[in-house]
Amino acid sequence: MTLRMDVIWHNAPEFLSGLANTIWLCGVSMLLSLVLGALFLGVLTSRRRQLRVAAQTFVDAGRCVPFLLLTYIVYFALPAVGIVLDKWTAALGTLVLYNTAYMAEILRAGWLSLPSGQTQSARAFGYSGFLLLRRIILPQILIAVGPVIGNQLIQLIKDSAFLSIITIPELTFVANEVQSYYFIPFESFLVATLMYWLLCSGIEWLVRRGEKWASLVRRNHA
Amino acid sequence: MPDDTQVVPALELRGVSKLFGDHEVLARIDLRVMPGETVCLLGPSGSGKTTLLRCINWLETPDGGVILLRGKRVGVRQTHDGILPMHDRELAAIRTRIGMVFQHFNLWPHLTALGNVIESPIHVLRRPRREVVHEAEYLLEKVGLSDKRDVYPAYLSGGQMQRVAIARALAMRPEVLLFDEPTSALDPELVGEVLTVMKDLAHEGMTMIVVTHEMQFARDAASRIVFLDKGRVIEEAAADEFFERPKTERSRQFLERYNR
Ligand SMILES: Nc1ncnc2c1ncn2[C@@H]1O[C@H](COP(=O)(O)OP(=O)(O)OP(=O)(O)O)[C@@H](O)[C@H]1O
Ligand SMILES: [Mg+2]
Repeated sequence: MTLRMDVIWHNAPEFLSGLANTIWLCGVSMLLSLVLGALFLGVLTSRRRQLRVAAQTFVDAGRCVPFLLLTYIVYFALPAVGIVLDKWTAALGTLVLYNTAYMAEILRAGWLSLPSGQTQSARAFGYSGFLLLRRIILPQILIAVGPVIGNQLIQLIKDSAFLSIITIPELTFVANEVQSYYFIPFESFLVATLMYWLLCSGIEWLVRRGEKWASLVRRNHA
Repeated sequence: MPDDTQVVPALELRGVSKLFGDHEVLARIDLRVMPGETVCLLGPSGSGKTTLLRCINWLETPDGGVILLRGKRVGVRQTHDGILPMHDRELAAIRTRIGMVFQHFNLWPHLTALGNVIESPIHVLRRPRREVVHEAEYLLEKVGLSDKRDVYPAYLSGGQMQRVAIARALAMRPEVLLFDEPTSALDPELVGEVLTVMKDLAHEGMTMIVVTHEMQFARDAASRIVFLDKGRVIEEAAADEFFERPKTERSRQFLERYNR
């Protein structure tokens, strides 16, 4: 058997655009769900009990729904009740919805790990509400849970392959298109796999860089 | 001694009480601190010293009494509908005027020494960064830590952390500075460097309330001693007076422990 790498080469632009779509969809939704997750953290740690319970319920439910099912719901079930989204909005929305539940939970774990006295001293200096979260609490949480967020991003990238069922031209979708058109499943899926692997390695490299910096901050606490 | 009838006290407590459950931790505390005074708050463990400091900036809500910062009430506001609790925002604004130094420093670990000092003047008081950095460098020099400006707290000794914490509190230009056992968590050989900084502040006319077990410091730096026991002020006197001729049996016993 000879590998038809020439066909792959010929379709390089398709693969690259698939990769680019995977990257931006996951990147943007990760950023959005970080922001939303931080807002959720504010509610999850709120003094008002009803708010707290409502947020916790959303987060717990969100983490139990399979990504594929959530995609079906957003793209196929919502139109049945009159909410029609184009496929890109549906894709991004699904990713954000799914990922926010995880981010909120990860940030909360980080919040619980903060040394006590941090919030205290900040309050004594006139911090409250969002400023307290943004300047004092979140930076410390991000240092604590940076690697977990990196892992979650990798999970998200893998889950985003399910978006091919709503014909989003991300990497897996493109690989499948190319293989079925030219009958080269081995080459096509091999290349896609390599691309996912490179992407994840890149993220792991970034996480390790971040860890080096975080260890500067952390020395005594380790 | 400033004339009480003309000068508004920097801080005044009238009948401040605090309960935890049915345990009366503070019982109608009266306290008056004039501008420039250093008041040392002494008392055995559990007598309510920390709680008193925390009530002053409303980190703990008192159950009774009045706290006045330069004659203005802390924690509540007068409205047409009567007296209501302050909003978080108003409380935060009051807290910026009351500096606090903690037993365990509570520096922000994600910021360098300089970062810790400039953080709240820039983000809470919204003062211009350049001016704040300039002043922070001066303050770090004052506490003897110019060479540590870019170092993270994890790399500082306890004494250095506490001096950064003092610079951090000073950077807010507080009207009153509260210290809660600032040297109790330090190795004995590091206590001196922190006390030196605090003595300098006292002599420069900073208004301070200091909870401490360092009797020598109280003798040297305090204008007044307030002795607390079981949530009550049981003796209040000028420093010399208190150490030479303690009036109550309780304070005599207390001082004896330190004279051995
Ligand atoms: N959050 C709380 N809930 C219940 N009881 C409390 C709380 N904080 C303090 N107490 C109690 O209030 C009393 C006074 O405590 P506080 O910490 O003010 O004493 P202290 O004089 O600062 O003691 P120390 O010298 O040990 O620091 C103690 O009996 C303590 O157990
Ligand atoms: Mg105490």
